[in-house]
Amino acid sequence: MSILVNKNSKILVQGFTGTEGTFHASQMIEYGTNVVGGITPGKGGSTHLDRPVFNTVSDGVKATGANVSIVFVPPAFAADAVMEAADAGIALVVCITEGIPVQDMVKVKNYLVGKETRLIGPNCPGIITADEAKVGIMPGFVFIKGRIGIVSKSGTLTYEAADQVAKAGLGISTAIGIGGDPIIGTTTKDAVELFMNDPETDAIVMIGEIGGGMEAEAANWIKATGNKKPVVGFIAGQTAPPGRRMGHAGAIVGGADDTAAAKMKIMTECGIHVVSSPADIGKKMAEILKK
Amino acid sequence: MNLHEYQAKELLKKFNVPVQEGFACTTVHEAEEAYRQIKNQFGSNFAVVKAQIHAGGRGKGAIKENGINGVKVGKNLEDIQDFAKKILGGTLVTLQTGPAGKLVKKILVAQDMYYDGPSPRKEFYLSILLDRTKGQNVIMYSTEGGMNIEEVAHNTPEKIFKEWVHPGGGLLGFQARRIAFNLGLSGEAFKNCVKFVTNLYNAYVGLDCSMLEINPLFKAADDKIVAVDCKMNLDDNALMRHTDLNSLRDLSEEDPTEVEAGQFNLNFVKLDGNVGCMVNGAGLAMATMDMIKLSGGEPANFLDVGGTANAQTVEAGFKIILKDPNVKAILINIFGGIVRCDRVAQGVIDAYQNMGNISVPIIVRLQGTNAVEAKKLIDESGLKVQSAILLSEAADLVKKAVA
Repeated sequence: MSILVNKNSKILVQGFTGTEGTFHASQMIEYGTNVVGGITPGKGGSTHLDRPVFNTVSDGVKATGANVSIVFVPPAFAADAVMEAADAGIALVVCITEGIPVQDMVKVKNYLVGKETRLIGPNCPGIITADEAKVGIMPGFVFIKGRIGIVSKSGTLTYEAADQVAKAGLGISTAIGIGGDPIIGTTTKDAVELFMNDPETDAIVMIGEIGGGMEAEAANWIKATGNKKPVVGFIAGQTAPPGRRMGHAGAIVGGADDTAAAKMKIMTECGIHVVSSPADIGKKMAEILKK
Repeated sequence: MNLHEYQAKELLKKFNVPVQEGFACTTVHEAEEAYRQIKNQFGSNFAVVKAQIHAGGRGKGAIKENGINGVKVGKNLEDIQDFAKKILGGTLVTLQTGPAGKLVKKILVAQDMYYDGPSPRKEFYLSILLDRTKGQNVIMYSTEGGMNIEEVAHNTPEKIFKEWVHPGGGLLGFQARRIAFNLGLSGEAFKNCVKFVTNLYNAYVGLDCSMLEINPLFKAADDKIVAVDCKMNLDDNALMRHTDLNSLRDLSEEDPTEVEAGQFNLNFVKLDGNVGCMVNGAGLAMATMDMIKLSGGEPANFLDVGGTANAQTVEAGFKIILKDPNVKAILINIFGGIVRCDRVAQGVIDAYQNMGNISVPIIVRLQGTNAVEAKKLIDESGLKVQSAILLSEAADLVKKAVA
């Protein structure tokens, strides 16, 4: 079963008929993901990629029983799309869109309080359960089926980690890219907690970066709940200068607590196997599991 | 996007936030005119000359050429002329600019707020910013204004107050009143402060600020509450709905190489090291920088080429990195997912050939879709380019290049 998505997930694509939506929805379908339709306001009633197009998310849910949506809507309208999905009762919304204004995400975060909807992202590569469902833009072939869970703020670094895990003779249960924005739906700790409770995941790779306090929160939680499964950790941005935004809107060192060094220290103290080189993630995981 | 003090104050006025009034000037003549107007309007001989650069600590900082501070109070026209002459065109060095300092091209000639009156003057601190953990905006304020707020937070944390704002209802009346009470205000000053804070919060949201700092927030001797200084950052993601604000960008305050990179949609940050890098994805780019350091080098830059690593973007990346004479080697690290590695490899080869002879070693690490074909392309190109597939192999090549 892995976590959050599997072969039984029914997926709607918001921004279905746009360039990005069309391309990635095709890739998802090719991977074997159960895409049941899509949303493009004004194009309801038509067909795209052999699947029905709906005007609203709630129309799509009524017609298909969808429980997951993925958002490829442009930044100015993406927050609205996420809230529409939540209103329609979608259980998991994956928002790929990059460049959403922060104040829009403040609104979204507040809107989701008390609702059953989980948000992944925005500004993320999505989530993949190997050989079952790819709800995102990651290259599917990298994620060889196995029993390691990956949570990461970064896209290509997630692929890198998955590739190393595979080359070390292991594989992936589920990989989640939670996104690099200052406000995101699912946190590192949320993802780690899901993996800890997943019987199909034996160990976890946790990749963070400078900025914010999510890695420390996750580390403290791992320790407090008794380090149930081994965790390999890496923090990108050990060489990043303070005060500068490094690509991701959230990747900026503000105070003393959100530097790479500070995060690595907390993680180590909480029993996480921290590697300082990104080239050692797979190797470290194999070492630990051999013991 | 960072704004100058004078730009931020103009924007605040549109939201009825009282500010210390003044005029931005680029010449001594304009400064003289500004002084005359201020004198007429406010009936005081005093006025303040403030250097306009994108860095804090101006009052304590000094102009390199003549030692004068970046903020000066004058008591007559001669003073203002003298300050304007010395500050305009000078290089202001503050704690935040680094030793190179920043060229002052504009000054703000502003009214003096420290006049006498019936009640004591007071300096407070107030800023609005995002609390990432709560996902809400927070108003942070203190009775200890006019000084370094990080020091206040460190030495006397009990003097820092916070008011979180729920996005549904916005800043509520009782919250604005609580802020004014905590600042110890009463009477007219209290009323003015409530209005000030309410309007300031509207400005923060209305302009899509990512940070708005008023230090000092000033209570004048006649109970007026005004922003004497203002530091404002706008959310770049939101500029699409504030197209009028784009013109406020001062490119001369930004690193010219970073500006050029932006024109090619490359995300570039200049650093001080000796190994340049070009990577797809921000997280992997930072990780690559870290790996360079662990291999004995120092990263010369952060460069995220994004999802499209083709011949044009790679060539633009090469040119930008090679502008830095300290660069001894360049590492290209691409994880091909949707982008095919053989295409990227061809891009690197084309860019290399277009540019003629590149004098530093190039290390290309391509992994993902068609990585093996890509390595073959590079290895058979006859160019002085070393290739790798595993990240650890790339690290070893960097080690050799900087040894």
